[in-house]
Amino acid sequence: MSVEPVLAVEDLSVRIAGLHILQGVSFTVAPTGVTVLLGRNGVGKTTTLRAIVGLTPRNGEVRGTIRMGAQTLLARPTHRLVRGGLGYVPEDRCVFAGLTVAENLRLAERRGTTPAYDKVFALFPELDRRGRQRAGSLSGGQQQMLAIGRVLLNDNRLLLVDEPTKGLAPKVVTEVAEVLERVAESVPVLLVEQNLAVVRRLARDAVVLSAGKVAWTGNAQELLLETALTKSLLGVGSGEVHA
Amino acid sequence: MSAVVLLTLTGLGLAALYFLVASGLSLVFGLADVLNFAHGLFLGVGAYATWWAAANLPGAGSDGFGFVVAVAFGVLAGALVAVLVELVLIRPLYTRTIEQVLVTVGLSLAGVALLQATWGADARPFPRPSWTRDVTGVLGANVPNAGLLLIVAAAVVLGGLLAFLRWTRYGLVIRAGVENREMVTALGIDVRKAFTLVFALGGAAAALAGALGGVYFGTVSPGQGGSLLIFAFIVVVIGGMGSVVGSAYAAVAVGLLQQFVNYYGTSGLGDLCVVGLLAVVLLLRPQGLAGKVATA
Amino acid sequence: MTEVKSPEVPAPPAAVPDELTPGHARWHGLRPYLPLVALVLAAIVPYSTANLPGIFEGPLNSPGTLQLLAICLVFGGLAAGYDLLFGRTGMLSFGHALYFAAGVYGTDVLVTRAGLPLWQAALFAVAGGTILAALLGAVALRTVGIAFAMVTLAFAQVGAILVARDFGGWTGGEEGLPLDVSGLPSALVGVTNTVNLYWLALAYLAVVVLVVHRVSGSPTGRVLAGLRDDERRIGVLGLDPYRFKLVAFTLAGGLATAGGVVYCLIVGGASPHVTSSELTLSLLVMVVLGGPGTRWGPVLGGILYMYLDHRLTAFGTSDAVDNLPAVLSRPLSQPLFVLGTVFILAVYFFPGGLASLRTRLSPLLTSLRRPS
Repeated sequence: MSVEPVLAVEDLSVRIAGLHILQGVSFTVAPTGVTVLLGRNGVGKTTTLRAIVGLTPRNGEVRGTIRMGAQTLLARPTHRLVRGGLGYVPEDRCVFAGLTVAENLRLAERRGTTPAYDKVFALFPELDRRGRQRAGSLSGGQQQMLAIGRVLLNDNRLLLVDEPTKGLAPKVVTEVAEVLERVAESVPVLLVEQNLAVVRRLARDAVVLSAGKVAWTGNAQELLLETALTKSLLGVGSGEVHA
Repeated sequence: MSAVVLLTLTGLGLAALYFLVASGLSLVFGLADVLNFAHGLFLGVGAYATWWAAANLPGAGSDGFGFVVAVAFGVLAGALVAVLVELVLIRPLYTRTIEQVLVTVGLSLAGVALLQATWGADARPFPRPSWTRDVTGVLGANVPNAGLLLIVAAAVVLGGLLAFLRWTRYGLVIRAGVENREMVTALGIDVRKAFTLVFALGGAAAALAGALGGVYFGTVSPGQGGSLLIFAFIVVVIGGMGSVVGSAYAAVAVGLLQQFVNYYGTSGLGDLCVVGLLAVVLLLRPQGLAGKVATA
Repeated sequence: MTEVKSPEVPAPPAAVPDELTPGHARWHGLRPYLPLVALVLAAIVPYSTANLPGIFEGPLNSPGTLQLLAICLVFGGLAAGYDLLFGRTGMLSFGHALYFAAGVYGTDVLVTRAGLPLWQAALFAVAGGTILAALLGAVALRTVGIAFAMVTLAFAQVGAILVARDFGGWTGGEEGLPLDVSGLPSALVGVTNTVNLYWLALAYLAVVVLVVHRVSGSPTGRVLAGLRDDERRIGVLGLDPYRFKLVAFTLAGGLATAGGVVYCLIVGGASPHVTSSELTLSLLVMVVLGGPGTRWGPVLGGILYMYLDHRLTAFGTSDAVDNLPAVLSRPLSQPLFVLGTVFILAVYFFPGGLASLRTRLSPLLTSLRRPS
């Protein structure tokens, strides 16, 4: 592929409180479609996303380079990165529980740009109806929609989405997957996901982490076809991929 | 009956003082995780600036509209010092909480010493409008007007703060930041601007407490902020860090408890009861009354 | 990323082990004995009649100078004990003054009001202070971080209130309580015997340094250091952080109480300022100035702080300062202004405190010694 990647991570190392969590991770994210970051629990998937968006904890140390287009990301404050078009949907959704849905969305508005409420409400009519409800009282699925909706109010060059289906009921998982599928038509997504059914549905490229290093990169669908490989890399057989 | 009314109203006056100091402390802590030992300094600056303005600032005086000007000058000075402290000393240590606390500790020592160096260690008589020395009859009790003034001021500040937090964009950012600061930055907002704002608000409220406390006590001295600060800390912990409403409830509880027990029990026993209340609240609800949740 | 390449930890890291610091080979064999040499030197100071104008007001063996030195030594020990909490375990207590005050007032009240012999009073005071630390620590340690700091501050405030309000007429309230010396051993009474108090203070300092050193070198000490660096990891190892923190808190409280006993004898009584939160804050300043988590940093910080606190007052009224314009001379005559400012600068520019100066300066010195 000679297509210029939207994001290039080179030799990324992260050490937090003395633990060497990432040890020289390199991969690229294609400018279209969903690239999925896979691996067993604790291999550093979330750490990778957080390093990209500049949210490594204070006792952490980051080395390497991360580029989005011509721009180097490391050492720039998170809010600048986000304003530069890096949308981040964190693990566990992190909506502001004490704020209303409308307030959660209003926070994401930016001066000088028109927030795309029509787009967000078209995707999630529920958010429009529940504007005055406190976000903490939403269901898990609705909170996830809100977390994604917040990011979609602005134009992004790349979305980082961390385990959007974690802890959701199977029906809601399907809904979230549908939404992400539609989102990925217009903006590239780097997705961390444990649910292989969702991966099969969405992902084109896959990066597999193991013990702080990249263990495998390539076509996600091919990976899922190789049961033995999937099992050794992820600890699950792709036989478990159903639904 | 009149004793109860008097104690209630003077207790509320004390609560008002605590609230003015604690509300800013609570917001600063809730948003920036900075336990601000220099907050007492803002109070001292407010008190001395008001005292200075009443005698020296053209248009200001110790009575009528002149006094309002003097207090406004004091509040402005407090807010200005607070903003300077945030920009110059706190911001370079962004997210290094312990170092920030250490700096505020150093600042509280040096700042009070500076006030002392400039105006002497002894208490100075505070300029106050003559009507604040009078009493007003409320249900048979003669309540000092200075205490009533404090209660009104605190109520206005509480209302203003809540409206600000509820209706403005910055208020929204502050409320969200108290809940999850990291996520605010992840939405593309420079949360440090909100830090400065919160310091300014807290500094202004503390300076108002200094000015009106001066009216209430009749004197101003460099160490005044320090002794109030410890009770304000207790109010913040009991009320839940980051919650303005929690601070208001806790201030009322602490002020009334202190006043009633000190009157009906031995003098000083009320102060001990307040610490006892703190221990009980912490053991039952370590996050305080309101917890670290929504602010308005 | 706000701080990519500076993995700052709240408390600066522990001292570089001696074998890792560069030094001259011929000094290497002597290094373990240096503390002993310093102890002996400190012990024979009272035999010197040297006059150090500007540094001390009288000759070294004058009672005034010896009393100042004794106070400095006690605070060196106090700071070392406080560092057991702050520098070595990462606990930010704002209530350490309480245990020191328990020693000061405990001894004073038991001797002056209850008429106990000194050794009994001291024993009861230290036991009481230690138990108090264990009890209050058990409650306060249910919270962590800043909440812990506030709770300890509030507990210490109770002590300050009890003393200031003079419940039962025991403490003398704002006036303080002079020590009744009639029942004391004669060797500890009177201006001429200040030298004995000096040695007592030196002994206290030596004991504290020894205890802190032994504890931090023990398996318990390594757990404490682990708690400072990352509490969760200790939990993962199946150790209960609460217990270890309580041990450190109690031990530090006991050491502070013992320091209070000695201080009470040196200054001949108790005054309410030993209960103030300001005293705890100055302990924090001493430790940070000296170098948290190092063996000698807190000791040096404590000695230097108390020395400056006393001497800056004299410096402030000296001609050199008085001749400055009022804008400068007035703040400079306030010891706390100078110390607070120095402290803030230290937080910014010398995060390792005095103890880090050697390692910071050694590259400079080496380059000076061997001009290339």
